[in-house]
Amino acid sequence: MPQPEPRDTAKMPQRVKTAALVSSGRHPVSGRAGRAREDARAVEMGLSLVGADLSLAHAGDPEQASLRESLQGYLGMYHGLDDDRDGQLSLLPLGEGGDAVPLLAAWLERSGVRLALTGQRAECGEGSGMVGYLLAERLGWAIATGVAAIEHCDGERVTVLQALPQGQRRRLEVRLPCLIAVDAVAEAPRQSAFGPARRGRIDIVDDLLPPDESPLDADSADWHWQPARARPKRLKVVKSTNARDRFKAAAAKSSASGGQVLTDLSPEEAAEKLIDYLRAEKILAQDDQ
Amino acid sequence: MSVRRIDPHAERARRNRLHPRHHEFARPAWRWTSADGVTRVNPHALGAIGPNGVKRIDRSGASVEANPAAASTSAEPARRQIVLDQPLGHVVVVPELPEGRLNDHDRDLFGLARQLADGHDLAVTAVTFLGGVAGFEEAGADRVVDLSARAGSGYDPVSRLAALVDVEAGLAPRHWIFADSLPDGGDLGRRLAARLSNQGVNHSAGGARPATRVWQLSEGKTLSRAGDRQDILRDVARVLLALPECAEPVSETLHEARPIDLEALAETPRQAEVTTAAAGMVDRGRVAVDPQEIPLAQAPFILSAGRGVSDWEGYHHAARVLGASEGASRVAVDDGYMPRPRQVGATGTFVTASCYVAVGISGAVQHLQGIAKCQRVIAINNDPSCDMVKRADLALIADGDAVLAAVCRRLGQPREQTGSDGSWTDEESRHAAA
Repeated sequence: MPQPEPRDTAKMPQRVKTAALVSSGRHPVSGRAGRAREDARAVEMGLSLVGADLSLAHAGDPEQASLRESLQGYLGMYHGLDDDRDGQLSLLPLGEGGDAVPLLAAWLERSGVRLALTGQRAECGEGSGMVGYLLAERLGWAIATGVAAIEHCDGERVTVLQALPQGQRRRLEVRLPCLIAVDAVAEAPRQSAFGPARRGRIDIVDDLLPPDESPLDADSADWHWQPARARPKRLKVVKSTNARDRFKAAAAKSSASGGQVLTDLSPEEAAEKLIDYLRAEKILAQDDQ
Repeated sequence: MSVRRIDPHAERARRNRLHPRHHEFARPAWRWTSADGVTRVNPHALGAIGPNGVKRIDRSGASVEANPAAASTSAEPARRQIVLDQPLGHVVVVPELPEGRLNDHDRDLFGLARQLADGHDLAVTAVTFLGGVAGFEEAGADRVVDLSARAGSGYDPVSRLAALVDVEAGLAPRHWIFADSLPDGGDLGRRLAARLSNQGVNHSAGGARPATRVWQLSEGKTLSRAGDRQDILRDVARVLLALPECAEPVSETLHEARPIDLEALAETPRQAEVTTAAAGMVDRGRVAVDPQEIPLAQAPFILSAGRGVSDWEGYHHAARVLGASEGASRVAVDDGYMPRPRQVGATGTFVTASCYVAVGISGAVQHLQGIAKCQRVIAINNDPSCDMVKRADLALIADGDAVLAAVCRRLGQPREQTGSDGSWTDEESRHAAA
């Protein structure tokens, strides 16, 4: 959906160093490797904010076959910008069962990034959505989650719109440096084009941590992974001692009944009843005169 | 339950019509239990003579309801009161409390907490950031910690997190349970989990990493949904972020919901209050969103029009005045008055509005299916016998156009009737007549 108009059209007077942390995704139907949907929205948000100055980072196994395909999906989004520079992605090598948080934290500190954009949750792996929170806790940054749009960003603070249930929005002002987790209702990502994807550079950065410190994820060692089962549908259980009530509940129609029916109303009376009801249910404001 | 005693002499007298005392024991009842315990029914003794002189057997249960003893047993069975005086530990639940009430997801979280607490002498403790919330007794909370003094009314996750860290210091709960819904419970739970794992809290139970999207607890393990169509089976983590329907809500017991004063528990002086400037996040309040821009499936308030509406300009004006999203029935869309994406119903959009106003919609089955998840339905219709009126919580039997115009007048924004508009309507009606 279109976002409310930003308050300032001049978005970023002085460029804040911005990066997007991306993960490898998987198509929900075909299972093919590609961009993760929320991360692609984060990249789109970063590109519309700082253009080709946006840098990308991914912590993963460089040996994995489908990784390059996923990452080129993001690099292919560097088109239609003011300058025609190509995308650049830092790949932080991470072995099987490694912990991405120390690597990403070291990379963010070294590269001087002040605004990091990412999706809310990865599509592959555990997908717990904790990486952003752990990074923010480790670096002492602020974190805003569920962001639908960035309205304004100066050197000190960034103003964002947070998506709430039922299509509502909330405006937040977040101090920089901060981490922003982008919601699925943010602006749709631009298409990934083949040429920019081929031209984009993937740099392997492997000197971030001292070699004796191996970032291993010890907690997940004794987890048991299994294919997802369908969640059982909850049955409507009627707690009654009497068979007739149980039968009535099982045979009852779903439509609610017992509403209030008001007949013989003039339009004015009906309007009054309607407005009173809406005000009692707090759908109309009380002082709405 | 008392044992049913059968007097064999009386039974014999009742079965033998020639017995001199038969009339004393003859049962007028149509159903009885025979001597060998089988339920017997006498169909001839059953039923009543109806108004047209025909004997009818009433199986609707009206006679059962007439019996006051039976009516009392048909109510919900009474809940057992559970009192826990000296708990060995705490399982803390942080309910979401949208609109200041416990919702179904919150009750499921308490059900999950009871599964973890029962049998280990643990107390289920609710932590709320809102004062005066009712229903914790039925939901299954043994203790309640009211932190409404510590958190402002707005979105302030940093000071809420500080309050939760104090609860952690005071109670040292075995488990924390949050609702995994962004940006509320899931956000706060992840913040707390990150803080606890960064502090290096001793993780005796399951590790410091939270289990997110938990949907089942069985045999001391939790199943949590991971990405890429995988489930993770793992020991019960210290912080659990649970999905809706993760457990059955409490239904058989009643708990005491005793308030805990956290000040008395705190041995160390509380950490300095985090000011919002240092916290780095300031809530600038809700943003006015154009209701027409909200996707119809998510819209909270829908004004929907059907064939009963003829003044379409007045209807659009009323939707603007009320601040409602516009919906339509299939007929209105087929007739070209409303665009197809606005159609509500099984053939259009399934809506989840908390308030749905149907103007001039009689309620086809497909339309009623589409609004099955709406909490409150208001019908404005000329026909008092239509299905929408039966479904509605409030039905106003009146003309839809006139009511909408009156609503706009009452709210102080009547629609300006321009001369050109009126003449156009006249012209249109002449075309329609020709």
